[in-house]
Amino acid sequence: MSTSDSATTTGTPPAPPGVASRGISLHPASSIPATAPAPTRHPKVEVRRLSFFYGKFKALHDIDLDIHDRQITAFIGPSGCGKSTLLRTLNRIYELYPGQRATGQVLLGGRNLLDRADDVNLLRARVGMVFQKPTPFPMSVRDNISFGVGLYERLSRSEMDERVQWALEKAALWSEVKDKLRQDGTALSGGQQQRLCIARAVAVKPEVLLLDEPASALDPISTQKIEQLLSELRQDYTIAIVTHNMQQAARVSDYTAFMYLGRIVEFGDTKTMFTKPTHQQTEEYITGRFG
Amino acid sequence: MTLHARRRIVNHVALSLSILATAFGLFWLGWLLWTLLDNGLSWITPRLFIESTPPPGSQGGLANALFGSAILTIAGVAIGAPAGVLAGTYLAEFGRTSRLGAAVRFVNDILLSAPSIIVGVFVYALIVLKTGHFSGWAGAVALALIVLPVVVRTTENMMRLVPDSLREAAAALGAPMWKITLRVVYRSALPGIMTGVLLGTARISGETAPLLFTALNNQFWSTDMTRPFPNLPTVIFQFAMSPYEDWQHLAWAAALLITASILAINIVARILLRRARP
Repeated sequence: MSTSDSATTTGTPPAPPGVASRGISLHPASSIPATAPAPTRHPKVEVRRLSFFYGKFKALHDIDLDIHDRQITAFIGPSGCGKSTLLRTLNRIYELYPGQRATGQVLLGGRNLLDRADDVNLLRARVGMVFQKPTPFPMSVRDNISFGVGLYERLSRSEMDERVQWALEKAALWSEVKDKLRQDGTALSGGQQQRLCIARAVAVKPEVLLLDEPASALDPISTQKIEQLLSELRQDYTIAIVTHNMQQAARVSDYTAFMYLGRIVEFGDTKTMFTKPTHQQTEEYITGRFG
Repeated sequence: MTLHARRRIVNHVALSLSILATAFGLFWLGWLLWTLLDNGLSWITPRLFIESTPPPGSQGGLANALFGSAILTIAGVAIGAPAGVLAGTYLAEFGRTSRLGAAVRFVNDILLSAPSIIVGVFVYALIVLKTGHFSGWAGAVALALIVLPVVVRTTENMMRLVPDSLREAAAALGAPMWKITLRVVYRSALPGIMTGVLLGTARISGETAPLLFTALNNQFWSTDMTRPFPNLPTVIFQFAMSPYEDWQHLAWAAALLITASILAINIVARILLRRARP
């Protein structure tokens, strides 16, 4: 369908407005000039008529959505609205569980990634994921990162050391763990563990990064570090984030999708969503009157 | 009487009964250990570990039986534990919801509670009758069949304790299922799996019934597993029933040694398990 469209996205997109002031600003909308046009659309992932079933229960209904290249797209909505489910279709992680299935199309670089003929493990190497609860593997900090890298790349010891350092620096964790690389990853603090998980995901150099409420189990300082991290990572990666925290969505994202009962109620650039939502439901949810 | 006062009384009665029941169980265990120590301790001498079982009326030790039991136990675990770990892995990782998995789990539970004498008779029919004589290998196979279900059960349980979020995290990096199992799940569950193997070891180190039909016994030092093989439990069985006092003394000593080694294995297993859950 829109393969030609996505073919044109391989070039670097123009820097989105307001990059510098983004991140921890409390008023994200203010970072985008009021007159700025909606950021240029370069879809990296195109979701077309996607439905999802947990057994007989239909959790997603004909979702259509573009996730833009090197932008942050946030998914908000009340519990059970399907935002995590949507995220979990994008790397087919749901396939670990029998009885869960998706219909429709999710195009990554023009190819339908739901196509079962395609190797799911190669897909997951291209689409990384970070979960709500930190999930360090029971191994050293270094091995936590080299585990994923070693799956698809043959690196020498020194190359791997470089990659580990690079990933930990990307995740703003290097200075804290550079003397603890041999320590068990599970011995780090909660916030450090989550940044280790981000480093682990970044280390394999995926094209898309999915984050499922990455900061919801963390204290405010760790949350702030992760949000800063996201705004830096978006220069290289396409990011989709599920969050329950409205301010977080407003602070970090370029686009926001509001979901309810398995449908996308409203999708647009974050500034518009948080200032002039089209749907009353969106406005009520954002302002905390419902959800 | 107020509701509160009645609840207090009921609470006290229930608590007292529980304590009594616990004391009842511990009382017999204590008595058993005391009897063993009382009768066995004085016969524990260096000679036990040097000399083989004697003919009646002469001096001797348990060296052949100790060595034989160790070999039989190790061989039984070496055969039963790897199969058990693999089957447990299948149940926990691959056949979790499949029909085959449910069937294996059910059959395993039956095997777990099968009387050991039946295992002994089965191996007797399978190996001893076919080869025409008792042998150490037949004993090891019988012990392996007893270790197997214990290890299957503990391996599955321990691997199920590893949260799915860890498997998801590894899968999300693109790791295939076998690598997730090998490098992430096993690593988390290893202390637990080791505990299961140790508990299986403890279970078979005192088993007598399956050996009576398979390894039988051997009065002499032997390293030939294709022949009747010396072992402690059968020595206890034969010597304790004998009319000779010096044989009875050796049986007491052997019983104490087995109990002490089972206790030691259990303690090691507990320590491992504690380390598994910090």
